[in-house]
Amino acid sequence: MFYFAKWKMVLVLAICALGLAFAVPTFLSRDQANAVPAWLPNQQISLGLDLQGGSHLLLEVDSKAVIREYLESLVDTMRIELRKARIRYQGLGVEGNAAKVTIKDPAKTEQARQLLRALDADTETTTDGNRIFLTLTEKTIRDRKVAAVQQSIEIVRRRVDETGTREPTIQRQGDDRILVQLPGLDDPERIKRLLGKTAKMTFHLIDNRNSVEAAMAGRVPPGSRLLSSDDVDPNGQSRMYLIRKRVMVSGDTLIDSQPSTDGRTNEPVVTFRFDTAGAKRFGLATSKNVGKLFAIVLDGKVISAPVIQEPILGGSGQISGSFTFQSAQDLALLLRAGALPAPLTILEERSVGPGLGADSIAAGKIASILGMIAVLVFMAAAYGLFGFMADVALVVNMVLILGVLSFLQATLTLPGIAGIVLTIGMAVDANVLVFERIREEVRSGRTPISAVDTGYSRAFTTIMDANLTTLIAALLLYVFGSGPVRGFAVTLSIGIVTSMFTAIMLTRLLVVTWLRRTKPEALPL
Amino acid sequence: MLGFKLVPANINLQFIPKKKVFFVFSALLVLVSVGLFTIKGLNYGIDFKGGIMIEVRTPEAAPIGDMRSRLSALGLGEVALQEFGQPTDVLIRIQRQAGGEAAQQVAVAKVKEALGPEVQYRRTEFVGPKVSEELFLDGLMAVSFAILAMLVYIWFRFEWQFGLGAVTALVHDVLTTIGLFAVLDLEFNLSTVAAILTIAGYSINDTVVVYDRVRENLRKFKKLPLSDLLNNSINQTLSRTLMTSLTTLLALLSLYFLGGEVIRDFSFAMIWGVIIGTYSSICLAVPVLLYLNIRRGRGGEPKGWKQAEEAASPSS
Repeated sequence: MFYFAKWKMVLVLAICALGLAFAVPTFLSRDQANAVPAWLPNQQISLGLDLQGGSHLLLEVDSKAVIREYLESLVDTMRIELRKARIRYQGLGVEGNAAKVTIKDPAKTEQARQLLRALDADTETTTDGNRIFLTLTEKTIRDRKVAAVQQSIEIVRRRVDETGTREPTIQRQGDDRILVQLPGLDDPERIKRLLGKTAKMTFHLIDNRNSVEAAMAGRVPPGSRLLSSDDVDPNGQSRMYLIRKRVMVSGDTLIDSQPSTDGRTNEPVVTFRFDTAGAKRFGLATSKNVGKLFAIVLDGKVISAPVIQEPILGGSGQISGSFTFQSAQDLALLLRAGALPAPLTILEERSVGPGLGADSIAAGKIASILGMIAVLVFMAAAYGLFGFMADVALVVNMVLILGVLSFLQATLTLPGIAGIVLTIGMAVDANVLVFERIREEVRSGRTPISAVDTGYSRAFTTIMDANLTTLIAALLLYVFGSGPVRGFAVTLSIGIVTSMFTAIMLTRLLVVTWLRRTKPEALPL
Repeated sequence: MLGFKLVPANINLQFIPKKKVFFVFSALLVLVSVGLFTIKGLNYGIDFKGGIMIEVRTPEAAPIGDMRSRLSALGLGEVALQEFGQPTDVLIRIQRQAGGEAAQQVAVAKVKEALGPEVQYRRTEFVGPKVSEELFLDGLMAVSFAILAMLVYIWFRFEWQFGLGAVTALVHDVLTTIGLFAVLDLEFNLSTVAAILTIAGYSINDTVVVYDRVRENLRKFKKLPLSDLLNNSINQTLSRTLMTSLTTLLALLSLYFLGGEVIRDFSFAMIWGVIIGTYSSICLAVPVLLYLNIRRGRGGEPKGWKQAEEAASPSS
């Protein structure tokens, strides 16, 4: 006879109750959810950025720049060492992953090789005639790149934190990418501006022995560099400065920086403070160069070029450029958070304002509820009492989907809501299969109980096959999809699994219980 | 009156005898789709070709003409504006800017400056050339792997003939969906790929149900001519096929009309998918089996689920 094991019954009901317990907090307010007793789940479904509003930024670390920079500084060291040893050379520079130099006097090649080999343990020294290559090893390159990405993540986190964004997610993606998610931020322009700056600050002396005009005509003396600035000269051109390449003090020795206003002019300025070592170097450099001009260079641009009035020994100073209040605040923030090891590029941005997010939630809710009512009515109309039982299963199915979403803390996105609505339509399929099968079995002359029994067991294979194929599609969508589309794959997969459970277990439990209670002569189907 | 029947219990429509009509119709549909796809091409969204998309809301009915001239003056190349759902909302699409990722950011900033502070930015999306290329490849892989995985699954669960038949219907559905997007000039983006995959899942779901019945009948009626057997199988499952399509359509129509502007195209694609998927599993997937030399006699025992089936069926 027809029998549904007690433990199975308990299990089915327990799963439904558990689903309900996990689903309920989502419908409470934050405060109410927090008031839920500790032994009950109180987490709410986490909403994707497209529903709660916020900004998604995918950044790429230019890790090649790190290697290039590293090699360039190696080239500088080589130049100094070769000069010290009075070895004449030519063609000193970077080639691929190597620094290379050609020694003019073949007799000195070996001496040069010994000298250069000692410079950097992370390079391999090879010679080709009188040319010497210092090549970075694969491992070094990899390590440097990894370190650059790690450090970039740290700096990005600091910069984002400093802006007061709540609950940002900053994580590494792939080899050299960083995914930044900023919930609740509708205008990410400021953060984008902040992340777009490397914020490498250095102090240089101005080259006052050579003229800017000559340099602009193409005769830049070695040891100097021609840089532009934000200042505009009377012709409307950016003002150019010729600065000494040698770094007087570097910004990485800063320990604090704040926006402020100048006491005399009332203009926005940025104050800064060096650590002990930096303060000492800055003090020394300023005492030796009183009366001269120096340049404060940020990311290859002169932001200010004041005269050294007197030695600055206290280790703190201020930058007065053409700041607005906002740009002073931003610069101070950047200096506090530190410089990025390499420039960042924004590869992808998706920002949704809170208005659109709220509208999407509202529309999604209405669409789900009305879609659901339509299907409920339709099923009851088509299958009568059995349809009503399928309706119970459908409602439980909804609760379970929400419960599982909350339990897994999966992110619900707008396409995710679409996935739920689609599931509503498809979830009844398993029951339709069973009911149609039962109808057929009744027609072929079986008794009600036998028809139900055969109907369920015959439809089972079909249900499994049909649902597993859809699940395959959903899983591939999850693997290859990105962002919101993944959310669709998540709800669709969850929906397929829960609908199989409710159709096979729950409705059968209802049908069997009803059959045993009433022992009908004919099925109302 | 509860308990209505969508189709009469003893329905016997002649699908198989009309197979040539379906084949010609579908072949035409596919040819036109492929033709449109190659000649006209698809209206790719920024996900796949890169570029900028901004949705704004203006305080009053949007002065689209004025906004267009202001944005065109920026020299950002092709700028398209369209009303989006209601008169105050405008969707702005700007072509991918030459000069890598940074140039796109500059363009976004320029647009925001040109539109002034009174508009509300509901959505800003920008996809750089690198990411758009990857997204395109990912989408292509997802669809190809999904079709392949389903082929393997059906092959494993039935016989290779069924796998081939199901995939024929599947490819037909995918191609005609692409054709629909080409002919209506709808934006083809990431969610379209999601829709196509779901259509594939739905279509195969439908096909499997009919195939299951075919397999059962092959076992039961060893002497019945194959064309009659196939036609019977379709008719026996017709009620279920139509019921499920209808409930799914009900849910999707609700999504299409009430789910908001952002997913309207997505819902539209799925509605189309349900219709074409239902058609193809009845009128293509099954008749195709006639030509694939199905082994009779052994009749294809169901593989695999046997044990699970017994475990799940109520002990009597």
